[in-house]
Amino acid sequence: MNFDDTPQEAEFRATARVWIGANAPKQYEEELRKSSLGRTQLKNANILEVAKAWQKKKADAGWACLHWPKDYGGRGASPIERVIWQQEEGPFGKLSGMFIIGHGMCGPTMMAFAREEHKRNYLPPLASGEKVWCQLFSEPAGGSDVAGLRTRAEKDGDDWLINGQKIWTSGAHYSDYGILLTRTDPTVPKHKGLTMFFLDMKSPGVEVRPIKQASGASDFNEVYFTNVRIPDHQRLGEVGDGWNVSLTTLMNERMSIGAGVSTGFPELFEYCAGLMLDDGPAIEDRAVRSKLANWAVKASGRRYTSMRAISALSKGERPGPENSIGKLVAGSMIQDVAAYALDLQGASGVVSSPENAEAAGRFQAMLLRAPGTRVEGGTDEIMRNIIAERVLGLPGDIRVDKDVPFNKIPTKGRG
Amino acid sequence: MNFDFSDDQKQLRDQARKFLAEKCSPKAVRVVLDGKVPYDKELWKGLAEMGFLGVAIPEEFGGAGAGHLELCVIAEEMGRANAPVPFSSTVYLAAEALLIAGSDAQKKRWLPAIASGKAIGTLALFEGKGNPAPKNVKLTAASGVLNGVKKPVADGAIADFAVVAARTGSSGRDGDISLFLVDLGGGGVEVKGLTNLDPTRGQAEITFKDCKAEPLGAAGEGWSILSQVLDRAAVLCAFEQVGGSDRALEMGRDYALDRIAFGRQIGSFQAVKHMLADMYVSATLARSNSYYGAWALSTNAAELPEAAAAARISATQAFQHCAKNNIQVHGGMGFTWEFDCHMYYRRANAMALGLGSISYWEDQLIDRMRKKNAA
Repeated sequence: MNFDDTPQEAEFRATARVWIGANAPKQYEEELRKSSLGRTQLKNANILEVAKAWQKKKADAGWACLHWPKDYGGRGASPIERVIWQQEEGPFGKLSGMFIIGHGMCGPTMMAFAREEHKRNYLPPLASGEKVWCQLFSEPAGGSDVAGLRTRAEKDGDDWLINGQKIWTSGAHYSDYGILLTRTDPTVPKHKGLTMFFLDMKSPGVEVRPIKQASGASDFNEVYFTNVRIPDHQRLGEVGDGWNVSLTTLMNERMSIGAGVSTGFPELFEYCAGLMLDDGPAIEDRAVRSKLANWAVKASGRRYTSMRAISALSKGERPGPENSIGKLVAGSMIQDVAAYALDLQGASGVVSSPENAEAAGRFQAMLLRAPGTRVEGGTDEIMRNIIAERVLGLPGDIRVDKDVPFNKIPTKGRG
Repeated sequence: MNFDFSDDQKQLRDQARKFLAEKCSPKAVRVVLDGKVPYDKELWKGLAEMGFLGVAIPEEFGGAGAGHLELCVIAEEMGRANAPVPFSSTVYLAAEALLIAGSDAQKKRWLPAIASGKAIGTLALFEGKGNPAPKNVKLTAASGVLNGVKKPVADGAIADFAVVAARTGSSGRDGDISLFLVDLGGGGVEVKGLTNLDPTRGQAEITFKDCKAEPLGAAGEGWSILSQVLDRAAVLCAFEQVGGSDRALEMGRDYALDRIAFGRQIGSFQAVKHMLADMYVSATLARSNSYYGAWALSTNAAELPEAAAAARISATQAFQHCAKNNIQVHGGMGFTWEFDCHMYYRRANAMALGLGSISYWEDQLIDRMRKKNAA
């Protein structure tokens, strides 16, 4: 048991460190370091432009999508080298936020199911950040039950005609392409009538409407499709096999989101270390210490759990199911952490503007953004189902719609 | 980076699991639970023969000379089997105190006896309620003679010797405390068994009256030695707790698969599934924190104090959580003496107190994190 780099790993780390030291946009380092959930923005620059520039610079030097094959814009690096890169990239990694869906979910799905020519054409600009991708799965009638989606794809010559609506599509408003899950056959049970495509988001008939979230920000969108044409060669997987194709995407989604969700603990610990309460320093207060200790062991437990998964990867083993706990633990924790930080601020915790609020309002922003983390990428309840069924081997839910043709499933709860 | 046990260590774990499955069935644990014997002597002998008691004791003192990582994997299996033997008192506390502070003669006298199963040792620290703290040590030592009362002392009624924390000064500082070795078979010692939460592990009150004792480590170094011993024991106990958590989770999972209610397996109800999923989350966090503790212990890293406190808190929480919800999954049957669930519930709650309560360790963790951040 050790945390030491092998000689090759040490060499890789040194090379990465030198390159980052010479090339990273250091003028934003401090701001990025201080950014946290609900507030990743730059005062004097457009973060999307800064992120794209950094991604392009990395791609030109062979540091983008490290684990992807070189032919598709990656570096062909090992899983452990990817982890070392992330450690070295540090706060600049926060600039990758807008690419997470493309790199973590769309890319792997394209790699597994797209034609070779499409992989060669579309993946390198995705890796370099020149093109941004989104994932069009969820619908008003299909969230956790994504197989209940209703967007239709109907064959029309060599094309497919798409009609319907997607929702909660992160980044659709700045995306160039998307992967799209549709219903091609409503007369068979719901999982069997789905088909996956990728499409140009600038196609005629695609309309993107930002959703104003509970936090006030707009990261997600509704996307409407009206007679949108997609050529058949942009189909991913067989007709009717869309569910299996989507599982590839969703497994990748949970891996990348699980690793990325922050717990809010380092921010809270730092805050408490310098905070004075009415009767002394917060860090000396027994109640505060007890809370901090409980969150500390969750944060460290999650960190070491992912290290165990990385160790398995570096030995060429498949990581165990342990990593599936990451998002479940972090999502609810950051919500509790944010609420507690506000509690420590007393009445002034209600003020949220950066210029007037305690700690520049970072915990208020965190609190308002946190409910989303427990929903996106699989709700807490879906994550528990996954652990119970796939890890512990418990029976799946009894599904009343399992063998019913999709067009015979009830659509209203009451009335 | 290799944040995992080696293949040899995993093999040792399998070997220990197989041995304990055979020699330490729930039926065997119940012989001690029912008070027929104070501990499982046959099992103790077997553990010695397997080399498990001395796995981390150097060869020159009769042990296997392996290391703490090997001891961690055995600890996990001891917890999984709910073994009714004085393993933690003897191996994590007494032996570790001797390894840290014992003279050559003291090590020669006691360590081979521990490894061969001939001597049971323990740590006599607590004096009634309260957590580990120099001010709570009232028992006095003067001219090599101890006077005072220790309770609870884990496995005190069956121990052959004890490491005793005693007051040798009154400055109000850590230097007031010194450690002593006492042969409990000698004079000046009165031992009384105490009924406790977990009858598979005894607790005792020991009264020392002009009891002869020899110093262990330098005078005034007692608290510093004790802190190291408690950190090491925290990691090792965490592995027992991780083993117990996993077993309690498995019992709950198995019952949820077997039990039918409302015409279906109760494990198909989300209320039950989600409870079991949460138990898995606790057990996994505890295991990962404990692995980090194992790394720190085996390399004697500067991170050990923080890692030990984190492992202690996380594993204590996980074992309590899994043990109590295992009963809940079992419903009424889980609350019978006949089912084994309560044995893990008892062990989980007794272990939560043994090295000081969870609130004590929370406090320690924050102090240690602050120290690290300041450095």
